[in-house]
Amino acid sequence: MNQPPPNATPGGALLEAVGLVVMRSDRLVLDGLALSVSSGQALLLTGENGAGKSTLLRALAGLCPLAAGTLRWNGGDALDDPSAHAGRIAYLGHQDALKPGLTVRENLRLAATLSGRTIAPALEAFGIAALAELPARLLSAGQKRRAALARIMLSAATLWLLDEPSLGLDDAALARFGAVLAAHRASGGMVIATTHVGLPLPDAVTLRLGP
Amino acid sequence: MIGAPRRFRALLARDLMLSARHAADTLAAMLFFVLAASLFPLALGPSPELLRRMAPGIVWVCALLAALLPLDRLFGAELEDGSLDQLMLCGLPAPAVALAKICAHWLSTGLPLLLASGPIALMFGLPAVAIPVLLGGLALGTLALSLIGGMAAAIVLGARRGGVLLPLLVLPLATPALIFGAAAVDAAQSGLDWHPQLLLLGAFLAGALPLCPIAAGAGLRAASE
Repeated sequence: MNQPPPNATPGGALLEAVGLVVMRSDRLVLDGLALSVSSGQALLLTGENGAGKSTLLRALAGLCPLAAGTLRWNGGDALDDPSAHAGRIAYLGHQDALKPGLTVRENLRLAATLSGRTIAPALEAFGIAALAELPARLLSAGQKRRAALARIMLSAATLWLLDEPSLGLDDAALARFGAVLAAHRASGGMVIATTHVGLPLPDAVTLRLGP
Repeated sequence: MIGAPRRFRALLARDLMLSARHAADTLAAMLFFVLAASLFPLALGPSPELLRRMAPGIVWVCALLAALLPLDRLFGAELEDGSLDQLMLCGLPAPAVALAKICAHWLSTGLPLLLASGPIALMFGLPAVAIPVLLGGLALGTLALSLIGGMAAAIVLGARRGGVLLPLLVLPLATPALIFGAAAVDAAQSGLDWHPQLLLLGAFLAGALPLCPIAAGAGLRAASE
């Protein structure tokens, strides 16, 4: 039912999914889905509520098991080594995954240690450097989203899987987010994002899920 | 990219920072332990002979119940705020993630209980020869409790009324630790050889060490699906 994106390059695709079938508690959510993304490319997932956009992101992250189909990374089976696959991806879910009792900096410390990057540039990129020492419980919804996006930026992952990343962001934050996405793609990174509104992803391929 | 041991340490450090920030939870388990143990002399009467006889059992049962208190939030909080997904994607296998959380639980709950049990044992008039045996047994026993508790917490994760299920799962599985641990102190008090009981407790821990994180990892994966 779902065709691969039209301008995908089958030969040069870094991430390639063929015939993905995902079940969630006996309900068929994704049926025979195919997609491919190559270095520097962005893929926008659209579709009605419940079309399986979030499930697809979780399946690509390896969080949700595949009932059938294969997920390839650079030609090899991506999920053969789950730990290695986890190193390739950065995942942002619906929730910001911030601990209310920790400061913004402390919340990001684990991601920074894992990737060996420094926290300050990521905070700067999203304009929340001044909030670094504030407990996350004092942040507004948009500020929390910025902090969660800063964590994505901190990871050394090639593939960013973003579930409604612009939720709660104002125009200024969206512009900053656009710059971060552009820099990530310019360095060969890939982005797969779900959205109901426009995202600052120029020349992204759109994949529409659902009937 | 950094190696698995450093990832494990980073995860442990994060959890210890969290429990330091929520020190009230850690203190609550320890205070519960001290208070619950102090209730027994009030209920049973001040007979030193009786209290000395019952001390090993009281300390062990109270430690077991106190270690249960923070288990509910061990993985529950991670699931609720979406952190569980991030933990599952930190590049460590799920059992290692579970083991890091279990280690943090022991350091923030088991270790304080161990420190508090010395004064409690003195309060009950436990003879000096029995106190090292009690502490040695509790050191092994609290580790086993953290492992079993962490496994149970991961298994009930996402279940409705998981908090009610948790003690029903943990308490039966923890009985071997309770039996050997309390029996070792009894033996030491009566001047008998206490080594076999502690060795059996050690064997129980050695069995739990590989099995519990594996089961907990499977529970975490199932909950994050």
